[in-house]
Amino acid sequence: MTALILSPNITTPDDFYADLIAAHEGLSDEESDAFNARLILILANHIGDQDVLNEALNTAR
Amino acid sequence: MVQDRYALAFKLYPYQQSPDQTAETPARHPVVVVGGGPIGLAMALDLGRQGVPVVVLDDHEGIGMGSRAICFAKRTLEIAERYGCSGPMLEKGVIWNVGKVFQDDRQVFEFNLLPEEGHANPAFINLQQPYFEKFIFEQIQAEQAKGAPVEVRGKNRLDSIETHTDCTVLTVTTPDGPYTLEADWVIGCDGASSPLREMMGLEFDGRVFQDSFLIADIRMKSDEFPTERWFWFEPHFKSGASTLLHRQPDDVWRVDFQIGWDADRAEEMKEENIRKRLDAMFGDDVEYDMVWSSIYTFQCRRLEKFRHNRVIFAGDAAHQVSPFGARGANSGMQDVDNLGWKLGMVIKGQAPATLLDSYDDERIYGADENILNSTRSTDFITPKSEISHTFRNAVLKLAERHAFARPLVNSGRLSVPCVYDTSPLNGPDELPGGPAQSRVGSPCKDAPVKDGFLLQSLGDEFVLLSINAEMSDLPEVDGIPLRHVTISTDDDPSGALSERYLGTAASAVYLIRPDQHVAARWPSFDPTKVSAALLKICGKD
Ligand SMILES: Cc1cc2nc3c(=O)[nH]c(=O)nc-3n(C[C@H](O)[C@H](O)[C@H](O)COP(=O)(O)OP(=O)(O)OC[C@H]3O[C@@H](n4cnc5c(N)ncnc54)[C@H](O)[C@@H]3O)c2cc1C
Repeated sequence: MTALILSPNITTPDDFYADLIAAHEGLSDEESDAFNARLILILANHIGDQDVLNEALNTAR
Repeated sequence: MVQDRYALAFKLYPYQQSPDQTAETPARHPVVVVGGGPIGLAMALDLGRQGVPVVVLDDHEGIGMGSRAICFAKRTLEIAERYGCSGPMLEKGVIWNVGKVFQDDRQVFEFNLLPEEGHANPAFINLQQPYFEKFIFEQIQAEQAKGAPVEVRGKNRLDSIETHTDCTVLTVTTPDGPYTLEADWVIGCDGASSPLREMMGLEFDGRVFQDSFLIADIRMKSDEFPTERWFWFEPHFKSGASTLLHRQPDDVWRVDFQIGWDADRAEEMKEENIRKRLDAMFGDDVEYDMVWSSIYTFQCRRLEKFRHNRVIFAGDAAHQVSPFGARGANSGMQDVDNLGWKLGMVIKGQAPATLLDSYDDERIYGADENILNSTRSTDFITPKSEISHTFRNAVLKLAERHAFARPLVNSGRLSVPCVYDTSPLNGPDELPGGPAQSRVGSPCKDAPVKDGFLLQSLGDEFVLLSINAEMSDLPEVDGIPLRHVTISTDDDPSGALSERYLGTAASAVYLIRPDQHVAARWPSFDPTKVSAALLKICGKD
């Protein structure tokens, strides 16, 4: 079973973070919330594994 | 009149009348450097050591009070070592490796710069900028004593410039009135608000950050705060939206409070108000003296081109970054390192003037990297939207417990030299198995060899470095001297040289530029290939 990865796994973290913030540029608070919701669902689908998703839910709490 | 715009920490070059001021026809100089800040002084030192006559004009008689820069990076120390003045910097400076990041009243995490073993210089030192400048100036004096043709003229303010294709005419104001002089080359090192840039009508565009910061340098005897970089996001003591604490020599500590764009500068600069912030941070029973304070705002921007025919900009006059990451003076030193040998060769007739265009290519590439990094740090430290603030705090919260979030925390990405990956001067990178860290374009990494260090043996000429490779004589190419340095892995007891320069290769030949960047590399020596690569670097192909 794959476990949730909690060690650094993003190749270029600064690039990712800058892109993430840039993606929200010009959005209203409501639009940003909706964007985040979509993003979470997309990433969750990519992960797929229910155990890993549950682990992620617990980690974020 | 030449009015002082700031008080001096060290009066080093008092005004003296020069014969140029009473000359019948304007004197002509090969190089005039405008501005005697760290970058202008280093520029003069570099050229003077090559025997190129330089005149530095500064509108003051020495170094300004107050330390703007405090963190100087390894690469800067390596350049200073080449110039002969890293000794006093290392002796005076404070070496640090550990940083701690806090949010509110909790430690988020701790990092260690973990400097790689086997380098002559530490990853960083903290040193007040006036000392840094003074040590460069003292080295200029030492070189002058040996005959280096450098002259630093205090209270000489550049007031206007006329540019022609083959020379420039400068009008300079002194306490004895104005005079005119001519220069083949002018190097603009007159700082972020460069009057020279203004005079030439050049745009200096970029981003303004809507925040201000209050610096308080204080002297205190304290064992409570170790030699570490401490950075608070949203500190519980509420003295700033973020706060930095960092040690300097002489028991002085840099405290830097983020106080917001709308702060009332006059109010905030009152000592009683600065003390309120400090007391909230340290508690009432910590004693300290105020050494210097200042409020700054910042911008990230650069000139579109650094070379404008015979006028070339370097340091803050060419590019400006936010202080997070210590990329200001450190990158200016790399400008000097890059421009020095190129201008020297052009003046001595060893290379065509077009070689100077590669200064633009390489240092604009470097400036963009620095601007990108310091912009990102600033965006993290001062989030500019609600959602960006939410993400920032989520990262900090997660970083307390989870390693994955720590690389996302950005309180400044500390200055490292850039690799000139796309430089037009780059020669062949033909060393199968050669490590990426010493690829063509990269600054040479230090390594212990024999009884010393590699970089010390490279010096500041063109070098052909052979590791385990047979070499035959090639003392010069088209009049350009080429020094050979031959090392065998028997002289590499730590294995660092092999790791950094051979990788899986058994032998290597590196062609190295005077600024100690790799220009080309091969597994073995081939005089035809070496000659071609050297001519390419000198813009002669
Ligand atoms: C708060 C703060 C913290 C910083 N921390 C760091 C750090 O930790 N590490 C780092 O590397 N950098 C740091 N920097 C940046 C660093 O201070 C600058 O990059 C550096 O001073 C630039 O040097 P310079 O020689 O290009 O310009 P300057 O130091 O500005 O020097 C310009 C010189 O030109 C002279 N001049 C101006 N106009 C004229 C004229 N018309 N005629 C003659 N002379 C003239 C001026 O008097 C001055 O002497 C920091 C900056 C700030 C504001």
